Amino acid sequence: MTDHSTPTPDMFADLVAISGDEVVSHSFVRDIPLRDGRVLALVTLDNGRDHTRPNTLGPRTLLEYAATLNALRERARAGEIHGVAITGKPYILAAGADLSRIDAITDPALALLLGRLGHYALGSLAEVGVPSFAFINGLALGGGLEIALHADYRTVSSAAQGIGLPEVFLGLVPGWGGAYLAPQIIGIERALTLVLENPLKQNRVLNGPAAHELGLADTLIPSARFLEDSITWAGEVIAGRLTVRRPHKPGRVERLLKWEAAVNIATKRVRRSLGTAPQAPYAALELLRAAKRSNRAQAFDREDAVLAKLIGGDQFRASLYAFNLVQRRAKKAAGAPDASIAKPVTMVGVLGAGYMARQLALLFLRQLKVPVLITDVDAAKVAAAIAYIRTEISTLLTKGRITADDANRLNGLIHGTDSLTDFALCDWVIEAVFEDLTVKQNLFADLEPHLDPTAVLATNTSSLLVSDIGAKLQHPERLVGFHFFTPVAVMPLVEVVATAVCDEASLATAFVVARKLKKNAVRTADATGFAVNRLLAVLLGESLRAVDGGSTFAQVDQALAPLGLPMPPSTLLDLIGLRVGAHVLDIHYAAFGDRFYTSDTLHRLADHGLLLDKNERGDIVGFNAGAVKIAAQAVAQRGDAGARGRSRGKIRAQLTGTLGSAPDILTSLQDALAREVKTMLEEGVVAAAEDIDLCLVLGAGFPFHLGGITPYLDRVGASERVFGDAFHHPPVRGIV
Amino acid sequence: MTTRRSEVVFIDGVRTPFGRASDKGMFARTRADDLLVSAIIGLLERNPTIPHDRIDDVVIGAATQTGDQGLTLGRVAAILAGLPRSVPGFSVDRMCAGAMTATAMAAGSIGFGMYELALVGGVEHMGRHPIASGADPNPRFLTERLVGEEALVMGATAERIHDRFPHLTKQRADHFAFRSQEKAAAAYAAGDIQRDLIPVAHATDAGWNLAVRDELPRPDTTVTALATLKTPFRPHGRVTAGNASGLTDGATAALIGSASLAEELRLVPRMRLVSYAFAGVDPEIMGIGPIPATEKALRLAGLRMSDIDCFELNEAFAVQVLSLLDHYDIPDDDPRVNPWGGAIAMGHPLAASGVRLLIQLSRHFQKHPEYRYGLASMCVGLGQGATMIWENLSSKARKR
Repeated sequence: MTDHSTPTPDMFADLVAISGDEVVSHSFVRDIPLRDGRVLALVTLDNGRDHTRPNTLGPRTLLEYAATLNALRERARAGEIHGVAITGKPYILAAGADLSRIDAITDPALALLLGRLGHYALGSLAEVGVPSFAFINGLALGGGLEIALHADYRTVSSAAQGIGLPEVFLGLVPGWGGAYLAPQIIGIERALTLVLENPLKQNRVLNGPAAHELGLADTLIPSARFLEDSITWAGEVIAGRLTVRRPHKPGRVERLLKWEAAVNIATKRVRRSLGTAPQAPYAALELLRAAKRSNRAQAFDREDAVLAKLIGGDQFRASLYAFNLVQRRAKKAAGAPDASIAKPVTMVGVLGAGYMARQLALLFLRQLKVPVLITDVDAAKVAAAIAYIRTEISTLLTKGRITADDANRLNGLIHGTDSLTDFALCDWVIEAVFEDLTVKQNLFADLEPHLDPTAVLATNTSSLLVSDIGAKLQHPERLVGFHFFTPVAVMPLVEVVATAVCDEASLATAFVVARKLKKNAVRTADATGFAVNRLLAVLLGESLRAVDGGSTFAQVDQALAPLGLPMPPSTLLDLIGLRVGAHVLDIHYAAFGDRFYTSDTLHRLADHGLLLDKNERGDIVGFNAGAVKIAAQAVAQRGDAGARGRSRGKIRAQLTGTLGSAPDILTSLQDALAREVKTMLEEGVVAAAEDIDLCLVLGAGFPFHLGGITPYLDRVGASERVFGDAFHHPPVRGIV
Repeated sequence: MTTRRSEVVFIDGVRTPFGRASDKGMFARTRADDLLVSAIIGLLERNPTIPHDRIDDVVIGAATQTGDQGLTLGRVAAILAGLPRSVPGFSVDRMCAGAMTATAMAAGSIGFGMYELALVGGVEHMGRHPIASGADPNPRFLTERLVGEEALVMGATAERIHDRFPHLTKQRADHFAFRSQEKAAAAYAAGDIQRDLIPVAHATDAGWNLAVRDELPRPDTTVTALATLKTPFRPHGRVTAGNASGLTDGATAALIGSASLAEELRLVPRMRLVSYAFAGVDPEIMGIGPIPATEKALRLAGLRMSDIDCFELNEAFAVQVLSLLDHYDIPDDDPRVNPWGGAIAMGHPLAASGVRLLIQLSRHFQKHPEYRYGLASMCVGLGQGATMIWENLSSKARKR
């Protein structure tokens, strides 16, 4: 057992040695006189940069912080100070551990040391010997919030943004005391929300009022006088004039009855939504479970061990890679022309009035706030679409998401028409009609004479080639692909498809429009399936190949579970529709040949119409018996046709689905994905492997712990098996 | 149809500690509007019974009205301080008399029955807004000799007072300055100043700090030390950094209202407005502006100088205060004048200072129920003076 009370700074020399050019957040101390003559030592964490470079906690920062607190402990002992408070530079307490040098952690001992340093430094606040406070003035993420959790008392600013323990989202755990301290302060259920539920909800973080509500802060203080009033509040506490109540602090009953049950429920919930592939959530759950009976030292030792294991693991490195893609690369799309050449979009035309067209019209309306014109060959459909959009606007109003003035504004901006001449003022026209090449070609060709010559055309096609759709245009150079993912309002990705003839100004416009829609755009070439659908076609194709090879859908789902995809292949098929799924496989097979699989079984299932049975609430309850039979018959027929003379045993094996073991199915998929990604990169479908990963994370919900997909393909050896190399040099993986 | 005329009373006032206007001053990284908002919130917090929606206007003086002192500061501050959106606000500019003008104009509206309650004040961050920064004086000023070249250099106008009144010597100015420091130190020691200061947290290069005292006072200064200071406005001149107010960052805020509203809200107002006056003099010698302003205010009040029991005179320059005292034959060290020292010690954040004078005058009244009338006065750039006369509401004399 390690003793946390006695580490010395020189124990951490190895971490300092690899801290490189750490941007140190200094610990500045000011003595603040309190009203009654006492003194509060106010520590400000400040790295000297503006708010775009938040305070982070690297080894030098932590050691300076610890040294500062140790000096304050001596001053407290000497009676010079009567309280210690920590706050941050404007808008920011601290954004957590400095992860910029994590690649340099090449040794498990170093990983262990990182946890111990965090505990030593942050824990020093609890040792100062006088009441300790954290004034949470702004951003407090991960280690930043853990600083505050080590204090005796916390205040939070009403204007603070970005408070949370997002470690699990990144493949880590709150291992600098958070996993232990959070439930001691706010109770197990709220701690589960903070440590598990929020990070797994697209990394949700809290603002000041929400943090106070959760019990993370003892008082919520208006922002205009946050620091002054926090100091006054601390003075009252120090003087004993104010007693702080912690309504959520766990009592005996909670420890005896609620704690274990709450962790069990949360564990089940995580298993249901994420499967068992990601390590961090389960590691966090076990830390929270153990926090019930541990003392501080035991708990911190356990956190050190768990943190070290995760820091050294593959999933964390892949998660960090994916996080950086989403944070940085997604905001500056590779291959996007300079935004300055984009054309202004002051009026939007939407061709089509079906489900997708309505979603698009609503999105453009809400985000661009320019006139949106809808048309369709069917006038009744246009009227229905307008009515739908007005209903959505009124719902937004009812929910308080927009004001009455906003609603009036939006209602005044949406129009339907049955005349293409009305599109003359549109400078951006997007089509979302039925996926039929001739229909789309003719629609654009009919529209073009009515348009301003500078108007940009966009298609939301998913399965056709953009250049084919523009074949009948006088100016095909102004047509771009602009491919959304369903649900449009939620999915953050748009594939911006550049044809061979597409001009830079139209492309630039597409990227600017995507940004104004608050979507992340990735540039892809005009090749069947673009990026996301092409790789999903590999996934579905390999799944169907396994089914036709004799495995059941259930076995395929099971075999691919280690990937931790947002849903198993059967559910994905159900979601996109069996008919669409069959079509997707066909077009990829047609475009790329044998690398893709086309499945008669899937067509037959589409005719049948059902793969999964659901209850009245729409929850999946199992595989549809008819569908299972169709799949089995297909296997049997194949067996009859292809295995004349083979042993009956093998056929029986196929029938019962014992052929094609789980590892084989997974390996086949890994190899197929590695092959296809490699091919796509060679063909220049996207600029780099990073864009493939970005597309899969943002467009298909692939988990961070796979790093999208290419870090995973490297680390499981698929890249090596398929093309004798890796996508990433050095590979994105943990300590080997 | 008649309007409801009303008496105007001073309810309460506060200020931020005053900081040295310099890139090393304590408020170097603090915005002017934030200073003002701190004063306003502090003022409202210590008057919790006042319903915020009863404030009819927020009137704020600022000599430079750009940047963080721009955008009609009274309204900006009202929003930032969290006042109800229904409360309007505006800014005024009469250079150093900004807050005094804000008070007078709001008082006029209260007296005329248009307002019942007004929040008045001023702010000047001279570090961010050096005096006359961004100004573009009309060339006619010089080509047509409308004003002398030195009219915009305040120190030079103070030298001009020494020229005109040779008996107001540098020695007298230095001594007055020394006394100002000494009196301010004594007032601090007695806790008189701090009670009306709203502490302000301010970012520094070495972490957050809390301002709880003025930064400019030099309690240890001596007459001998003052005598050795440079005279930056003229070789062998008389005006020094020691006998003038320093460049200052700070904000003030006060509540004034109708006597009937004070009664309705059960407030205890400290003083009643008797008269106010503004007057002009030659810009080259702006420091004597308080003389005609005071004459006018006394005339409007129907009072004589001998009726005034207490003075708060803004010490832009020692000699400029001396010129007023000399005019009325009041001794340089009359104990009724600036009992707690003045701007030479505490600083002079231009448009904020007027309300500081009123805060201190109201406190003198509380301390001295025997005082009946008090006078606050200040000189104003481009040759003006401003004077207000108030009556002590805790005055025993009043009942006489």
